[in-house]
Amino acid sequence: MRIITKKEIPDSEITDPQILHQRRKLIKAILASTVAWSSLSSKFAASETDWKNLSDALTGSDKLNVTPNDLVKNYTNYYEFTFNKEDSTRLAQNLQIDPWSVEIIGEVEKPLNLHLEELLSQQSLQEYVYRLRCVEGWSMVVPWVGFPLAGLLKRVKPLSTAKFVKFTSVHQSDAMHNGMLQWPYVEGLRVDEAVHPLTLLAVGMYGDKLPKQNGAPLRLVVPWKYGFKSIKAIVKIELLKTAPITTWNLYAPNEYGFYANVNPAVPHPRWSQISERRIGSRFFTPRKATELFNGYGEQVASMYSDMDLVYFF
Amino acid sequence: MTCQTAKEILAKSFLRFFSGSDGQFVLAAHWPNTDWQALIEKFLELRNLCITASLIPLFWIFVDIVFDNLGANPIQALHIRLGDWSLRFLCITLTITPIQKITRWPGMATYRQLFGLFCFFYATLHLLAYLTIDQALVWPIIVTDIMESTYIWFGVMAYIVIFLLAITSPKAAKKKMGKSWKKLHRFIYPASVAVIIHYFWQLKGNLLQPVFYTMLVLLLLAFRAANWYKDRQLSRLMIPKGRPMDDE
Repeated sequence: MRIITKKEIPDSEITDPQILHQRRKLIKAILASTVAWSSLSSKFAASETDWKNLSDALTGSDKLNVTPNDLVKNYTNYYEFTFNKEDSTRLAQNLQIDPWSVEIIGEVEKPLNLHLEELLSQQSLQEYVYRLRCVEGWSMVVPWVGFPLAGLLKRVKPLSTAKFVKFTSVHQSDAMHNGMLQWPYVEGLRVDEAVHPLTLLAVGMYGDKLPKQNGAPLRLVVPWKYGFKSIKAIVKIELLKTAPITTWNLYAPNEYGFYANVNPAVPHPRWSQISERRIGSRFFTPRKATELFNGYGEQVASMYSDMDLVYFF
Repeated sequence: MTCQTAKEILAKSFLRFFSGSDGQFVLAAHWPNTDWQALIEKFLELRNLCITASLIPLFWIFVDIVFDNLGANPIQALHIRLGDWSLRFLCITLTITPIQKITRWPGMATYRQLFGLFCFFYATLHLLAYLTIDQALVWPIIVTDIMESTYIWFGVMAYIVIFLLAITSPKAAKKKMGKSWKKLHRFIYPASVAVIIHYFWQLKGNLLQPVFYTMLVLLLLAFRAANWYKDRQLSRLMIPKGRPMDDE
């Protein structure tokens, strides 16, 4: 499914259609033989040569504004491991992600506990090129591979009492040594936000499996909210009657709201959100003006039409 | 062995080490009129060694820029590195007076001035990096950014003080200002607190380094407070009223 909207990502930020087509073919080819995650990874490995050609085509085109993969892979906030955005690349490798299963429970008719491969076999993967804006004031353009969360939620048949969705990350204490926040990491969305077609569960990026530091094997992507909402390494999805208490909100309720919609007009209590540093830009490049809802307002603003965005920050 | 001869010996061995087959210093052929021995001895003076050492961080940053070693967000990395060095030189500057008090070494004020100026130097580069390399002199965004970012306010406050101290640091200025010079230069204490808040206030989680620097700065300020208190007690006990005390 391609979401057609009026205000799209500018041409310069979109993957060349030809490349996209090639990628989709490959993703479909992989999916056609969806068996186990391990076999999925071997498929990735088997098709390595094709992917290499693809990335050549990618760098060869000046139309593209996707952030280089190397930068996205080595600039991650993963506080379970470290505060340092570069050390997390190495430390996250200690995470055990095979086998992986996800519970979907709570206010649902058919609770599920699925192995990842089982979960993926029901979904069709696609590439989604989204902007990612961190609350710290930097941003990226990432080609995610994933599927809309709505498709998965439909399978468990949410009850009418389900108003919120709570996501919980894995907590492997032998690999994750960093303190400060309360683990496991928890995030949440309102149900209408969760089933919005832009909201994804991602399993890959740049046409490959997600690196561990980027949230493997399964992460949330909510492109109109600050990055900390897009929780990594999900093991549990709960549908709830009331809003869950989320990790950053619990840590500093006046600084990190439940909604955390990207909004240049609502500064963080200690810093401005008016602009962002696009990762990969050179010295003396002006910062990019931050857009309301990270530029996805056309698609998502209606969900917040009767809300005071300063109060519900 | 006096300091002088140690310098002489070091300079001589340096020249010998870098000498050609003719026993001459390699550069002497190109610059025959230079007194290399004297030049190297001059370099080996403590003050000049301090200046060289203080420039190493800048050189190191420069190398990291050239070899693209600043990571995925080089603009922020550069900015942070310059700020960190400014803070470190501030700590060094604040350490000089306690060292002087404890060891009673003379002539430490020169080094306090020198490191203070390097604090100013790195703070200025930090500020210029923010304005040019990061914000690319886009003033509307800069103004809003400063207005909305409380942590920057503390940085600005600290910089104004450090700037004023730097321009009044020459001996001539000190003479001209008389008593008010010391009063002005005591503003480094509130400025240090502002620097620490500036550091703390922009972070999301990591508290290890800011806590370290906070402890260090508090310790250095506590030394002053203790000294001031001790002097006050002493002056009450022994010194007739009305006589001014020098507490610095």
